Amino acid sequence: MSEPILVVCRKEVLENARDRRTLFSTLFFGPIFAPALFAVLINVTLSQSLAGVDQPIEIPIIGAEHAPNLTDFLERYGIEPAANGPESLDAARDAVTRGSHDVAIVIDPNYPDAFRAAGDARVMLVVDRSQSRATATSQRVRAVLDAYADQVGALRLQARGLNPTVTRAVTIDELDVSTAAARSVLLLGMLTYFLLLATLAGGFYLAIDTTAGERERGSLEPLLTVPVARASLLLGKMAATICYMLLSLALTLVGFTIALSFVPLDALGMRANFNAVVAAQIFLVLASFTPLGAAIMTLVASYTRSYKEAQTYLTLVLLVPTLPLLLAGLLNVRPDFSLMWIPSLSQHLLVTELLKATPLSWPFAAVSATGSLLLGGLIAALAVRLYHRETLLG
Amino acid sequence: MIEVSGISKRFGAVQALDGVSFVARDGRITGLLGPNGAGKSTCLRILYTVLRADAGTATIDGIDLRERPLLARRQLGVLPHGAGLYPQLTTRENIAYFGRLHGLAEPALAARIEELIARLDLAEIADRRAKGFSQGERTKVALARALVHAPRHLLLDEPTNGLDVMATLALRRWLEELRSQGQCIVLSSHVMQEVAALCDDIVIVAHGRVVAQGTAAELKHRFGAKSLEEIFVETVTGA
Repeated sequence: MSEPILVVCRKEVLENARDRRTLFSTLFFGPIFAPALFAVLINVTLSQSLAGVDQPIEIPIIGAEHAPNLTDFLERYGIEPAANGPESLDAARDAVTRGSHDVAIVIDPNYPDAFRAAGDARVMLVVDRSQSRATATSQRVRAVLDAYADQVGALRLQARGLNPTVTRAVTIDELDVSTAAARSVLLLGMLTYFLLLATLAGGFYLAIDTTAGERERGSLEPLLTVPVARASLLLGKMAATICYMLLSLALTLVGFTIALSFVPLDALGMRANFNAVVAAQIFLVLASFTPLGAAIMTLVASYTRSYKEAQTYLTLVLLVPTLPLLLAGLLNVRPDFSLMWIPSLSQHLLVTELLKATPLSWPFAAVSATGSLLLGGLIAALAVRLYHRETLLG
Repeated sequence: MIEVSGISKRFGAVQALDGVSFVARDGRITGLLGPNGAGKSTCLRILYTVLRADAGTATIDGIDLRERPLLARRQLGVLPHGAGLYPQLTTRENIAYFGRLHGLAEPALAARIEELIARLDLAEIADRRAKGFSQGERTKVALARALVHAPRHLLLDEPTNGLDVMATLALRRWLEELRSQGQCIVLSSHVMQEVAALCDDIVIVAHGRVVAQGTAAELKHRFGAKSLEEIFVETVTGA
């Protein structure tokens, strides 16, 4: 690295260390805010899904008097008839539509006769499938209703001298081969997203300050009169941006290591493969993304006319590296060599593998780093080209 | 010595400079005088190589700006429009940054900074951050920064803009001191009294062209002993 690049880099690091905005985004957003938000999110999700199973729920049962046995059975499984609930099908439909009840059960007036005659005894479940919480409740109610139907059906067959298995042609057993660490990936898949965001946020203000900010303050013009190639000036600025991104990434990993110890993953039969060694490997994997991130942010920021404009555009840029992650989530892709060429996606896949306690594949990591660094270099070159325009001065 | 010969510059539909020629000699202060928008800043920007002329040549001690801009910049100290200091850096750090970018080694740089702080009367604000500086303080620091590598040529764009009387007088004194050391100084201004008080050679620019040039005495002689003010108005409106 030539001397002027170091001089510029050192000055930008020093200057921004004195800037509250930069420090906030480097030291607070990534390292503290993101892990805390993550821990809270997971805790809330877990406590909701865990608590929901055992807690009794109240559900309007219209026509409960027609089916006392069924109602008793429901109560045994924690599904109690709601007091002062709606009393007709229409009222129940309204109540569910309004959301005052998740689910309602309507028992047909013909139920007692049909039940006694082993005929078509009907029970209606009123549910709003567009509500995710209501869907969970309705599944729970449905499972209990199914269990009741199976139980009574089996008793009837036995009373007729038949083995209940005659109506069950195939018995399905499920063998789950996932490990505790692999199951936790479903939740921890969000981790790369947070880490990438924190890394970019670490360099966010630096990228603006060293380009659009410098122009707005009027210090760009004197800077361009020093006998140093513009490429060196810009590379020095990008180097400083990368320093802050790496700092933010490192601190964020420390933050996550601490935060994850407060998440009761064991309660869901999960285990986070997250310790100092894994964190160091994740750091290495994501570090190769920083030059690309810095180059993109610098390119965009140096194209804008003012600090404010740069802020607006860069906020959009923050979303770009998260797109491959969304895609990966939708398509459920597995790591292979061709995907390793795609920046951010490759890092996401590698980090996910690490969290699954799979040893890091060094060939994959090498391809991922090469791809990201190449694209980073290309975009840095483009930013340097843009830095040579005369309109740069505004 | 700075020699400008027939430089032109166009921004889109606007012809900012149209064949400007003049010579700024060592040991003299040359003033580019003209109304706002005459092309003074564009001309200086071309001289300090952040813009390239469309046509014409400009040299600094014989170094062609277009061919060897980095070498030319070594001979130049620049005080652009607005001081452009780094608000989070102290006076000392602001000067040191440019010193390092000019390739000065640490011991020499430190000595040079002390010298400038003493000469430009900066001791009081030497270790304060530039954030809250007055316009006068900012200009002083920017001047120290421009002089850190002891350039033989100094380019100043509207240096007295926003300065109070005391700061203006101090700046004048320093420029005169630099001139006595044999420096070649070019400054731009739209304030005629200032140019009259400070400059040895006057180049009047209007609409991107040089409409008159010479010493104050030469100009007065040529325009029939009119005041500089009358000459200015006559040349600018006649152009």
